[in-house]
Amino acid sequence: MKFSQEFEQRFADMLTHYPTKRSALVPTLLYAQDEAGALTDEVIVELAQRLDLTELEVRNVISYYSMLTTKPRGKYNVQVCTNIACMLRGGEELLNHCQKKLGIGHKGTTQDGLFSLEEVECIGACSWAPAVQVNYDFHENLTVDKMDQVLDEYKKKGTM
Amino acid sequence: MPVREGGGSYPGDGVKRMADVNLTVDGKKLTAPAGTLLIEACKSVGIEVPSFCYYPGLSLQGACRMCVVKIEKMPKLQTACTTVVTEGMVVATDNDEVRQARKAMVELLLGNHPLDCPVCDAGGECELQDMTFSYGASESKFMEAKNHREEQQWSPVVYFDRPRCILCYRCVRVCGEGMDVWALGVQNRGVSSIIAPNQDDHLECEECGMCIDICPVGALTSGAYRYKTRPWEMNHVGTVCTHCGDGCKTTLGVRRCDTGMEIVRGDNRDKSGINNDFLCIKGRYAFDFAHSEERIMQPLIRKSGKLMPSTWEEAFELIGKRFAEVRDKDGGLAIGVVGSTRTTNEENYLLSKFARVVLKTNNVDHHRTADFPALAAALHSKPGQTASMRDVLTAPAILLIGNDPTNQHPLLAWQIRTNVRLRRAKLYVINSAPIKLQKQAAGFGLLPAGAEAKAVAFLGGDDSQLDSLVSDGTTREAWTALRDKIRAEQNLVIAFGSELRAQDIQTLVSVSSSLSGAKLICLGDYANSRGAADMGLYPDLLPGYQPVSEGGRFQQDWGALPAEKGLSLPEMVDAAKAGKLKALYVVGSNPIGRLGIDPFTFSKSLVVVQDMFLTETATIADVVLPAANSYEKSGTFTNTCGDLQLVKKAGEVTGTKPDFEMIVRIADAMGFDVRSLVPFGGGTHADMGQTRGAQSGEADRHAVWLEAHNLEPKMTPFDPMAILDEIQRVVAGYDVSRTNLLAGADQHIEIAHCGVGASHKPELIVPANDDLFSSGTLGRYSHTLNSVYENKPAESEIAAD
Amino acid sequence: MASLVSHPDEVRVISKRFGQGATDIDRYLQLDGYKAVQKALSMQPDAIINEVKNSGLRGRGGAGFSTGMKWSFVPKQSAKPKYVLCNGDESEPGTCKDRLIFEHDPHSVIEGVMIAAIAVQSHTGYIYIRGEYRYLSVIMQKAIKDAYAKGFLGKNIFGSGYDLDIYWHGGAGAYEVGEESALMESLEGKRGVPRIRPPFPAVVGLWGGPTVINNAETLAAVPHIILGGAEWYAGLGTPKNGGTRLFCLSGNLNKPGVYELPMGYNLKKMIYEVGGGIPNGRGLKAVVPGGSSTPVLLPEEIDIPMDFDSVGKAGSMLGSGGVVVLDDTTCIVNFALRTIKFYQHESCGWCIPCREGTDWLKKTLTRFHAGAGLKKDIDNIYYLSENMLGKTFCPLGDAAAMPTMAFVKKFRKEFEDHLDGKPCPFEKAADRIPAMA
Ligand SMILES: Cc1cc2nc3c(=O)[nH]c(=O)nc-3n(C[C@H](O)[C@H](O)[C@H](O)COP(=O)(O)O)c2cc1C
Ligand code: SF4
Ligand code: SF4
Ligand code: SF4
Ligand code: SF4
Ligand code: FES
Ligand code: FES
Repeated sequence: MKFSQEFEQRFADMLTHYPTKRSALVPTLLYAQDEAGALTDEVIVELAQRLDLTELEVRNVISYYSMLTTKPRGKYNVQVCTNIACMLRGGEELLNHCQKKLGIGHKGTTQDGLFSLEEVECIGACSWAPAVQVNYDFHENLTVDKMDQVLDEYKKKGTM
Repeated sequence: MPVREGGGSYPGDGVKRMADVNLTVDGKKLTAPAGTLLIEACKSVGIEVPSFCYYPGLSLQGACRMCVVKIEKMPKLQTACTTVVTEGMVVATDNDEVRQARKAMVELLLGNHPLDCPVCDAGGECELQDMTFSYGASESKFMEAKNHREEQQWSPVVYFDRPRCILCYRCVRVCGEGMDVWALGVQNRGVSSIIAPNQDDHLECEECGMCIDICPVGALTSGAYRYKTRPWEMNHVGTVCTHCGDGCKTTLGVRRCDTGMEIVRGDNRDKSGINNDFLCIKGRYAFDFAHSEERIMQPLIRKSGKLMPSTWEEAFELIGKRFAEVRDKDGGLAIGVVGSTRTTNEENYLLSKFARVVLKTNNVDHHRTADFPALAAALHSKPGQTASMRDVLTAPAILLIGNDPTNQHPLLAWQIRTNVRLRRAKLYVINSAPIKLQKQAAGFGLLPAGAEAKAVAFLGGDDSQLDSLVSDGTTREAWTALRDKIRAEQNLVIAFGSELRAQDIQTLVSVSSSLSGAKLICLGDYANSRGAADMGLYPDLLPGYQPVSEGGRFQQDWGALPAEKGLSLPEMVDAAKAGKLKALYVVGSNPIGRLGIDPFTFSKSLVVVQDMFLTETATIADVVLPAANSYEKSGTFTNTCGDLQLVKKAGEVTGTKPDFEMIVRIADAMGFDVRSLVPFGGGTHADMGQTRGAQSGEADRHAVWLEAHNLEPKMTPFDPMAILDEIQRVVAGYDVSRTNLLAGADQHIEIAHCGVGASHKPELIVPANDDLFSSGTLGRYSHTLNSVYENKPAESEIAAD
Repeated sequence: MASLVSHPDEVRVISKRFGQGATDIDRYLQLDGYKAVQKALSMQPDAIINEVKNSGLRGRGGAGFSTGMKWSFVPKQSAKPKYVLCNGDESEPGTCKDRLIFEHDPHSVIEGVMIAAIAVQSHTGYIYIRGEYRYLSVIMQKAIKDAYAKGFLGKNIFGSGYDLDIYWHGGAGAYEVGEESALMESLEGKRGVPRIRPPFPAVVGLWGGPTVINNAETLAAVPHIILGGAEWYAGLGTPKNGGTRLFCLSGNLNKPGVYELPMGYNLKKMIYEVGGGIPNGRGLKAVVPGGSSTPVLLPEEIDIPMDFDSVGKAGSMLGSGGVVVLDDTTCIVNFALRTIKFYQHESCGWCIPCREGTDWLKKTLTRFHAGAGLKKDIDNIYYLSENMLGKTFCPLGDAAAMPTMAFVKKFRKEFEDHLDGKPCPFEKAADRIPAMA
């Protein structure tokens, strides 16, 4: 398993931050997923070994956290918040719109692998609702039109 | 307070033992030591607080919320399983508020629980069923569809049905904390939470079935028992496991079948016995050898070179005649007797007596896996220096020299782990390999192979041994530090494997005698290895480690005995090769298969074998008698620690006989007065009431024979209890309380009260080297063990991964 | 990046450096940064704790527990190391304030953690930030690095002889991990399942050591208290509710946003003046005053001071500062369903009442909202919630039960209007997309 220099540096640093190795697990999983696309068996074996854990322990943890996944997602994971503040300002309609536009449902991935879609819980943008996160980027105060623009931009970026 | 995986702690952790506290529960005043959990305090006065997730000895969860109680001055209901008693606490365990909360909890569970009790394995002994009944919860409140998931098979013995799981996490904890296997986990979250096996969709584990046993509902079920029967259709018989020397008490569930009584389940749910609820894979599942298709169910006699079926009468007549001929013509010296490590004490005693009294020979031996005679010699007249299996659970410190209990003595390993976990016992391990128990050890000395005896000498102060102990794993300093720690321990239990023999044991005893309160356990491999030794299956020792040369008491009881010591097994082999051994009588043993003896050795001797299967030894026999195993008879076993326990008849296979009866029948066929062999009838103090139930099956089958011999059917010569009387009378150390024994309590035998023992050649000991998934001959015929074995990834596959 | 708003009634303490470039450590220093911690280093630990106690600062994470009091529970002597843990898991629906602090003033959080550490004599702190806030993690990691580079962190900080390390830690998507004991589990690399209490974290926390856990906003307020004094801070709010807090106004408002207002600011005013009232000439239907866990208030119940005690008296809770405003086109059944969907999704699953209860509430409300409801469902929903309340292993179960009970109690009529196969009276989805620029 090959991770980036930056990952390795952060990982090595992090190990010195805690009295137990496994403490580094949760953030490490997320960074590993960002690099590998998903927490594949290979990644799990590697991290389990590095942190002196069994694969089972690593899987137990992965399956708990909603951002972590063992299956690859699209290049751009469109996460639409439909929780209360967003719902009051059209979050659900935004989700419907994305489903139609991308032709996929909740947790689906487009055939070209460019987009996947997810209905998510509050992402901390309630005062700027409705809000969407594409990977880690926030898009706020959205309307259907603005959403279209956002998606088009990612499409352009992704197919360049 | 150490924190568990996912929160919580062990009961009583970190709480200083302080004065008792007084509290009131449901109007009852009670006193409990500070630090006691409320749920336990309630139990102590007979108030049962319902619980799913609480399980004594496992970490606390507070997850099921069934144990909620009302505590005065607390606004919310509190969980009795996580609350520690405090002075003046006033508790209500069963008021309306509490009942309503529990009812709601059950209703919620039933919301997603398939109501398939009629076909569920746990039906009839399900804790959820019981709670539903107690709290009158109806399932009709919820009309939504239940979450469904297919049942999964995780291993040949473990099945999982998610919808039935109530997520009490008992299985996860017993596997991790109890077994130290950690093969089960919790995955996902919320209502999608699921118990998961360590290999994604299957288990790789010790297959002990503890998880299944502890599951309060029918979510984890046993491949061996699934859908076979319902609990109320079985009879339950408490007896002792026959697979290793630890002597777990097991309750066998039996039911009628074509060929007698079939054993369908083994567990120890009632937590009686030395093992609490523990059983390893062999105790829990490997009773199925008893119903192997390869079981011999008819006597066989070799005719024109082939073993042919015969009648019992023909077989006994033939054996009786030939044995008498050899004895009368060539003398007892020409007959060899090999006893068993899996027959009862009564059978071993009887065989020992039969050999000396009827066959007139001291050529008696068995497959020795531990040097008990050396222990008897070293401890002679020094009582109080052996530990029982129960002591291992409470000792403040344990020293383990040699052996790998996880594989060879699973109960011992469980006791050690439990003690270390719950009582913080200190474990010291000295071994030539990094065994699994090292994980629990406070000190570990890694030896070069075969240096165990040197380590003992070093412990005794012989520093000249130090050089030969040092290894990559353990330096000189580490050895000295380890010795210092061990020497500082009080009431240490020392368990040692067969690596230590003869003189080494003497040295060890002198080391242990120098430590205050130290006690020993000598580890022998088979279920009644200790009993075989205690009952004198030796050429030079009578029962109770009494040298044959000092037959004193036995001469009074048994009559004239051969005074010269007899041949050991290897000597019998030599004698056979020299044409001097004319007959060999093998009872429940497979020396050819187990000890690597050339099968042609006995081609010129008359070989009589009593066994369940056509073993390597039975195959060369002239007469083979189909034997019952220990699950099919009554008597007593002595485990490797010296704990004497009652064995009760559970199963039955028609066409077989207990070895006890066969020995008596052979004696009878030889024209011997069986009354002087087995003191049955009037004049003994055998407990007729207790023994009749268990023995009635045999009595029925043999009523005809008994009548022909003009004998009392109630008190027969086949009644092992009759000879237990004699054992208790004449075998030193065995005069324990009969009442306690019959009540099911284990009785520790004090080897120090026995005879003077003997010093034998170390090479006479041949360890069985069984592991968790094998137990010699029995294991070979266990379908379950074999299927588990086949399911294990081959070593090469692992390497190739 | 979240946009900033302002209102004349605001009293800027925590937000005073917002938009001032204070992520840069030198800029932060110009704006009085790291002065408070140096002052704290010259104070007796007990004096720091007293100052915080007297300031009336109460936990901004939701429960409103006195911060000074919490610190005072940490044993003076401890065989195991003590820790300070900043809770930046911010996931309560309606809440988006810690995000602004991390984005605009990360050093104030670091400084708050430092002062807390000095007060309880701990030498290690962690700042836990939810996984979704990656850009904030980047900001925070840099801020910590800069503080180390200046010698503010590490060995012998500010030449005081005191050693103090602070590390960033990240989550990966779990609301429950915001619960203090689950937070510690998560930091220890485990599933976010809460721990049995007692013992409380202040006595047995991270890796068994005494641990102070505070919300990011709580900690960010601390340097200001040390510099400005307890009396000044207490005076900003109402009795027993010192200072200001960040209110996250969201939902059907003309000017939603995060505003820093004094504790005790009137809720009605907050909605109509600060938040600019309800758009499109619609009426007010209800207000969720402190994040989705808090029971809903009716229009006639909102003329109250927004402090912990007053909102409590009104039958709800000040909670996490998330004020969610519902206009009269909102379907309460749908709103209740969305709320419970969240708790069903976020329940850790450890205990029966929450795990099963949230699932059944979700299923029942889904069916109910879809028009297949039965009259007895309404009572069942209430019965279920009532039986969850107070019986779960951690407060998430209560957080699911309390609002649900309030919805049923206060809007029973609206539930009944969904019966008998009647379509949801509010099902005009397109209408709800706000006309926004
Ligand atoms: C389910 C649940 C989620 C919580 N989430 C958060 C959170 O995201 N951030 C937070 O600061 N506190 C959260 N809390 C409150 C914390 O448990 C804890 O009380 C708080 O962090 C203490 O800090 P404070 O005293 O400064 O408020 C949550 C509590 C519960 C029960
Ligand atoms: S069978 Fe034993 S070892 Fe295997 S999972 Fe169950 S408890 Fe663990
Ligand atoms: S499988 Fe059985 S023991 Fe394990 S969590 Fe489920 S109900 Fe409990
Ligand atoms: S430990 Fe030994 S006695 Fe106990 S169940 Fe296993 S094999 Fe049988
Ligand atoms: S209430 Fe129970 S199931 Fe819900 S989050 Fe807390 S511990 Fe988990
Ligand atoms: S509700 Fe959507 S971001 Fe908070
Ligand atoms: S038994 Fe107490 S919570 Fe389960």
